[in-house]
Amino acid sequence: MKKSIITTLSLMATILIIGSCGGGGSTSEKSTNETEQPETTQTPSEQPEAKPESKADPSTYDPKRGEGKFNESNVKLGALDAAMADKGKAIAATKCNSCHKQTDEKLVGPGWKGVTHRKTPHWIMNFITNPDPMISKDPELQAQLEICLVRMPNQNLNDEEARNILEYMRQNDEVK
Amino acid sequence: MISNKLIVGLLFVVAMSITSCKPKGTTSVISGDAATKVYVPPGQYDEFYNFVSGGFSGQLSVYGIPSGRLLRVIPVFSSDPEKGWGFNEETKPMLNTSHGIVPWDDLHHVEMSQTNGEADGKWVFVNGNNTPRLARIDLKTFRTAEILELPNSGGNHSSPFGTENSEYIVASTRFSVPSDANPDVPISTYKENFKGHISFVSVDKETGEMKVAFQLKAPGVNFDLARAGKGKSHGWFFFSCYNTELANTLLEVNASQKDKDFILAINWKKAEEYIKEGKGTKQAVKYSHNKYDETTHTAKSEMETEVTVLDLANTEGIAYLIPCPKSPHGCDVDPTGEYIIGSGKLAALIPVFSFDKLQKAIAEKKFETEKFGGIPVIKYEAALYGEVQKPGLGPLHTEFDGKGNAYTSMFVSSEVVKWNIKDLKVLDRAPTYYSVGHLMIPGGNTKKPFGKYLVAYNKITKDRYLPTGPELAQSAQLYDISGDKMKLLLDFPTIGEPHYAQAIPAALIKDKQAKIFDINSNKHQYKTNGEEDAKVVREGNAVHVYMTSIRSHFVPDNIEGVKVGDEVFFHVTNLEQDWDVPHGFGIKGANNAELLIMPGETLTLKWIPDRVGIFPMYCTDFCSALHQEMSGYVRVSPKGSTLPITFNSSKKTAAK
Repeated sequence: MKKSIITTLSLMATILIIGSCGGGGSTSEKSTNETEQPETTQTPSEQPEAKPESKADPSTYDPKRGEGKFNESNVKLGALDAAMADKGKAIAATKCNSCHKQTDEKLVGPGWKGVTHRKTPHWIMNFITNPDPMISKDPELQAQLEICLVRMPNQNLNDEEARNILEYMRQNDEVK
Repeated sequence: MISNKLIVGLLFVVAMSITSCKPKGTTSVISGDAATKVYVPPGQYDEFYNFVSGGFSGQLSVYGIPSGRLLRVIPVFSSDPEKGWGFNEETKPMLNTSHGIVPWDDLHHVEMSQTNGEADGKWVFVNGNNTPRLARIDLKTFRTAEILELPNSGGNHSSPFGTENSEYIVASTRFSVPSDANPDVPISTYKENFKGHISFVSVDKETGEMKVAFQLKAPGVNFDLARAGKGKSHGWFFFSCYNTELANTLLEVNASQKDKDFILAINWKKAEEYIKEGKGTKQAVKYSHNKYDETTHTAKSEMETEVTVLDLANTEGIAYLIPCPKSPHGCDVDPTGEYIIGSGKLAALIPVFSFDKLQKAIAEKKFETEKFGGIPVIKYEAALYGEVQKPGLGPLHTEFDGKGNAYTSMFVSSEVVKWNIKDLKVLDRAPTYYSVGHLMIPGGNTKKPFGKYLVAYNKITKDRYLPTGPELAQSAQLYDISGDKMKLLLDFPTIGEPHYAQAIPAALIKDKQAKIFDINSNKHQYKTNGEEDAKVVREGNAVHVYMTSIRSHFVPDNIEGVKVGDEVFFHVTNLEQDWDVPHGFGIKGANNAELLIMPGETLTLKWIPDRVGIFPMYCTDFCSALHQEMSGYVRVSPKGSTLPITFNSSKKTAAK
């Protein structure tokens, strides 16, 4: 009699030990069944689309215009504006001259001499405000990168700063 | 007889196995879809920023939820060589206190700034527990913007909890101490001379600047945690306290004598009025106030010399004590502002108090016959809404899901218990691994919790991670609480010992991030505005190096004329204006650390060369294909040398 009570209790103890230890598991399994589909962890707005520029067909890239907000319609050149060029010179001292000389000598990046003759004004404006995507696409920039090995940093120029720098480049190229 | 004893013994085993056994299998409680619920694919973002206290590391860590990925460690109270925090000249003042530079603290709790009872993503406040301090972190830059020391305090534990518009952040002392004005008293006079001060720190709505508006002087209890009222209870603050025995030795015995300690209820709007009416006493004290200026990239430390103190023993209508069993720890207000949940860490139940009943009890003066330290004690039943019976062992902290449920951490029985606030019935319990302290639901302290996830912050992690010597990884555990039953999803390691944490939807912070410091707005005294301005200037035995860095060089990168024992200050301006392009600066033999300079920022490393020789310096943060080339030399000559200061850069030389 007593033996069987002991056996029963031992068995109960064993079962309960197992049961209580595994309790969390069985609860979770149950709730797993309740949830059929795992929810996505992202809200749609947080799922960044693949960047359009990397998707874009390289053949649509216009090496004359570059890539960015500037084109022939919004970059208009006149006679040299010395005041603007002066402003551009000051900005270049802080943001550009660490890597570029005004001569044709390469420092980290190429020298500026002659750039306004080689490139369209809106290409220059696009490149200095939007360098990274253009370096990835523009054949001449890629060739340049093989020489310099440093991608031109985005120096966060605003539109006015970029325009002033363009004017300074023109002055440097002795545009009147 | 023997077998009877055996039966009793086995019955005991049966009984114990129900309550005390921790699940041993580390994977047994994970359900099949847990991984998909925490997986954030490459290129995608987490749903929440989780700001987790770094405990005794003194720092604040930031994790993504649900992935558990560590995104950032923000240095706050402890110096951090990785970022130069507390090592560069600009941030040293941030760690200043009335004791001088204190380069470590114990960071416990996290409180996000609020507007209308919801986190607004502007600032995070954290407490320094050891040398009492409060810090404010700016969530545009993820940097510590301000650190305020606290007078009349001995342990800033009950902090930094805030009101629903961040009118105030509180900082109350865990260790009651004598007033700073008369500190040299026998410890045996604890009951007369030791007081618990509660600081109400106001926060400027625009700038976030903190100020000790006033202090409340309370009896010498140990303040533990706190919560502001919200909604209907806005204007009130609740503080749990233990050691109402006013013991000062062997607290684990002597502070656990009474069956009930207190929750202190403060009508802070009334306290404000009293202060305006001039009922406070001005006291001469000394505490530091440190602010980091984002335009000069430089911190300033100032000593404050006065504080206004209101003695709760001589005030009417501000302070009331609610008896709370037993050694209360957590003290949490539900999203409606009606229920105040006390958690007696030694109690076998959870008392839930009602704000309405509290107001009624005060109006009808349902007080105990004896005041405590001059403060009326409300009758327990008069404020009590009800008790959660047998919730588990060691209830500590409660958070809310916004659907009428409360979740309480159980330290001793290692579990999270979900219960209904209205009927006080236990609905679910989930094991933790192990000894859970705080828990957190995003927005769980606010009017509008995001009741989807719960994170448990555990004290012990035996068997959860690969062993690493005597000390194991600290741990947090993520649960899905969107259904009726809690589901464990993930373990992830944390730094220090995680205490409290808060989380906020990523959308409220992510798009406000500063990406660079505008170089044109840099007003640092030693800014170098482009390479043409780079120079080295000797002033007595101080040598100031005005240096620039950009991918991939310093200017100047060769310096001669420095002498042994000179104080050399490298003021390095990072000319980059591109996101995520910091530059580092390290020099051989420097007795502090490196600089890590963000785009558009200027920082200063002080270096005292100790011997003659050539000292290389270099950039520590890989910046481009030519990063290895970003280096230079300083020549150090003997003390009496007459060599003049000269400097150049290879670029400038080439130009000539």
